[in-house]
Formats: sequence, C-alpha cells, structure tokens
Amino acid sequence: MNQTKGGLKGFIQEFWKYRDLLKLMVMKDIKLKYRRSFLGYVWSILNPLMIMVIMTMVFSTMFARNIENFPVYLFCGQLLFNFMNSSTHEAINSVNYNAPLLKKTYVPKYIFTVATVTSSAVDLIFSLGALAIVMLVTRAEFTWYILLAPFVLLQLYLFCVGLGLFLAQANVFFRDTQFIYNAVTTAWMYLTPIFYPLESLPEWLIWVVKHCNPMYFYVGQFRDLVYTGTMPGPVILTAGWAAALGMLLVGAWSFSRNQDKFILYI
Amino acid sequence: MDEKRVMVDVDHVTVRFNLANQKVDNLKEYVIKLMKKELMFQEFLALKDVSFQVLQGEAWGLIGTNGSGKSTMLKAISGILKPYKGSITVNGSVAPLIELGAGFSPDLTARENIYLNGCVLGHTEKFMKEHFDEIVDFAELWDFLDSPLKNFSSGMSARLGFSIATMVKPDILIVDEILAVGDYKFRQKCEARMKELLSGGTTLLYVSHSIEEVKRLCDHAIWIDKGVERMKGEANMVADAYMAAMQM
Repeated sequence: MNQTKGGLKGFIQEFWKYRDLLKLMVMKDIKLKYRRSFLGYVWSILNPLMIMVIMTMVFSTMFARNIENFPVYLFCGQLLFNFMNSSTHEAINSVNYNAPLLKKTYVPKYIFTVATVTSSAVDLIFSLGALAIVMLVTRAEFTWYILLAPFVLLQLYLFCVGLGLFLAQANVFFRDTQFIYNAVTTAWMYLTPIFYPLESLPEWLIWVVKHCNPMYFYVGQFRDLVYTGTMPGPVILTAGWAAALGMLLVGAWSFSRNQDKFILYI
Repeated sequence: MDEKRVMVDVDHVTVRFNLANQKVDNLKEYVIKLMKKELMFQEFLALKDVSFQVLQGEAWGLIGTNGSGKSTMLKAISGILKPYKGSITVNGSVAPLIELGAGFSPDLTARENIYLNGCVLGHTEKFMKEHFDEIVDFAELWDFLDSPLKNFSSGMSARLGFSIATMVKPDILIVDEILAVGDYKFRQKCEARMKELLSGGTTLLYVSHSIEEVKRLCDHAIWIDKGVERMKGEANMVADAYMAAMQM
C-alpha cells in the first residue's frame, strides 16, 4: 500500500519503511556541504572556533569581569543557539525546495524537514569537539554531569523538529514567513543570554526570559551540566521537556493538517 | 477461472485546483486582499466524477488531449494528490514513473543516486545493494557510475531512472509519457521490459499521446476529455473513437 494510512500505527509503519531514505538524505546533506572543500569535516569544528574567538575578543571586555571562564560560557550558549537558528532556517524551505520531487512521486513530506534538522544536529555533534578543545585549553573542570548533556540536546532537537515542521508548512502558503522569521530569530538571539549574564537584564525582562524563552531552558540546562557542573533545577528541566514536546505536537499537528494542500501551492 | 483482484478502484473522483491562489503566496498580499475583500476562490475541477476499476494484470491506457486531466489522474492514483471528492483504493505496491529520475540529486554521483532514488521509491538500502548490479546492467552505465549526475545527458538519466523503477517487480506500474526520451534502442528495451512485467502479472496504467503505442501495449483504455470521462472499455475501440473524434 502506497498511500498514507491514518492513525499512529500507519505513521510508524510508514516512518519505518522510509527510514533508509531519511538516513541517505542526512548523509547527502553532510556530504554535499563539505564536498570539494580542502579541510572537509574539519570546518564543522573550525568554524565555531573562529566565531568563538572573535566573539570572545569583542565581548570579554564588556562582560568578562562578571563571568568566570568566558569562552566556555559563551560557547555553550552559542553552539545551541546556532543549531536552533541554522536548522530552523533550513527547515523553513525544506518543503518548497523539494517541490519537484513532491510533484512527481509519493514520499512522506515531513521527511525533508526532519532530514534537514537532523543533518544540522549531526553538525552540532561535530562542533561539540570544538567545545571540548576550548574546555581543555581553558582548563575547565570536567564533571560527570557532562554525561547528562545528550538529554538536553535531545530536548532541543525535538523542539527544533517541531518548530521546523510548523515553519515549513506555513512557508508553503506564505512565502514571506521566512522573512518574518528572520526578524524573530534576531530578537530571539538578543533575548537569550548567550554572550551576557542573565542578571544584567532588567528585572521584568529576566522574568520574561526565564519563563517564555525556550532557548533559555536549553542553554540554561546545558550550562548547568557542562559549565557549572551542577544538576539543572526541576523547574527548568520540566519547562525544557514541556516546550520540546509541546512544540513537536504543534508542529506535527499543523503539518499533518495541511500537508494534503501543499501540492496546490508548491 | 477465479475472480481477479481489483488493483485500482477509482470511485467517483473529483480533483479540485484553486486557480486564484496562484497569485497570493505571501502574507502581505493576503492581508491586503483580505482587507480589500478581493480574496476570491476561483476553483477549477481537473477531474469531474471519474470512475473506473482496474483488475489485476490489465493494462489501461489513458488518452485525451493536453490538459484533459490524464496526468492528474495518475498523480491521484500515485498518492501525490488527494482527491477532493470520491476515493481511490490501491491494492499493492506502486511504481510511479511520472517523470524519470524524479528526486535525482545533480551533485551526487550515479552510484549515490541509485541508492537515494531507490529509497524515494520506498525500498531499503539493503534491498538496493542486492539489486545494484541489475540496475546498472540494464541502464548500461557501468562506465559513468562515479561521475556526478549533472554531467549526464537527459537520455542517460532517464535510462537510469527507468531501470531503478522497474528493477523490482511492482504490482502496479504507472507510466506517463516518459519513453519520449532515450534513443530508439533503449525505447525498444523499455517496451520489452514493460511487456515482461505485464506477462508477470503487473498492472499497467499508461499515458501516451501515441495512439499506436496504447493499442500495442494496452488492453483497456479510458478517454478523458476536459476532466470528464468520455468513454472506457476495450483499447482498440476507445482509441478508434478518440481518433475519429479528433479528425472531425
């Protein structure tokens, strides 16, 4: 049977059937990204390192006095935010770019969005190597809590898949979604404590960031585990999972509701 | 003789397009038009209440003039389009050849594309590995396996696309005027392959403007005119009626 069956069981069966397609598409993205570049995969580590060095030079004079080991503080925030930023910006066009294929053969449409976010996630895992280098160079303390970091990355990944699905389906109908989203991510970046300490914001804004900014949940948890070496608090942990699953639900729901109409608009 | 299975059941299918929405594809215009109350829904029915049943092993030709809805019908059967009204039931695996090599990635090599395209058709990587040699043999592309596909001619990539799609025996093969590309020898080869699949019990749905080809390959035909079914039945009869109408 080639057509989508309804229900969760049909969804899982179909996902399983196309699992190799997902794998090959992720591999294609990664291969093509660095094909014919001299340093190849090393760029995944080198690129964030270079940006980190520049940002450290710029911001260390402003905030470094309040923040111990500024490079690691900055890097923790920046890696996670960059992943969210690049994966969702690529996901937003994932359905439109694959229009030629969608017009000619049947494939589950979400697979393109999931593949783009997943290949960004693979990139993130490479860049964790850069974080390890920075931690070694700055003689940061490694604690056992680091082993829990993958759970934070999983939350962030699910969150980005959900957001990506939502944006991709909206962008099919309204092509200016991507431009609006550009503005949103810029504001989002400044409202996430990546290169400044959260305490430097005015009181009311701290409250907003702590309660309404999902990126704070992930950057905060990640810093607790990797940078300070403590267990994240129950509030931020729950908020992180809730935001991830909630976003995934919203994304999947809006995508599946509208996907049959895509063909008329792409 | 035992009862033959119904492979494709097209039941009163209507497919709707909205012509007006082609113009509004961004939020800015949408809001402006909404305020001016200019948001019109101009509907266009590509298919109107078409029904037919295809039994196992039959070969159906779809004929009609350009823009009459033949390709829309095939897309609806392949699951690319959802019908607006009515239903389509498909029993078995479908290999849609709406366009050869849909989903080829020009930057990847032929070898990588064989795996990717196979997975697009719903096969597993392991399965593709087992049939890899067969595919390359049929496409006769052993010398070019590791060059990127963007260096291939359209005929060469069509050959590759056809071999991937027909290498595994599908229950239903959907073919949309693809044999126009490729040289004479390869077209002969494709036709032979389709006949071989047909005798092996595969069901064929075939769109072509060449009435001769439809007569040669198909035993049944349906004539669609501006989305409305004009005639269906035995291939020669429908084809002759269609030709007669065209010459008037």
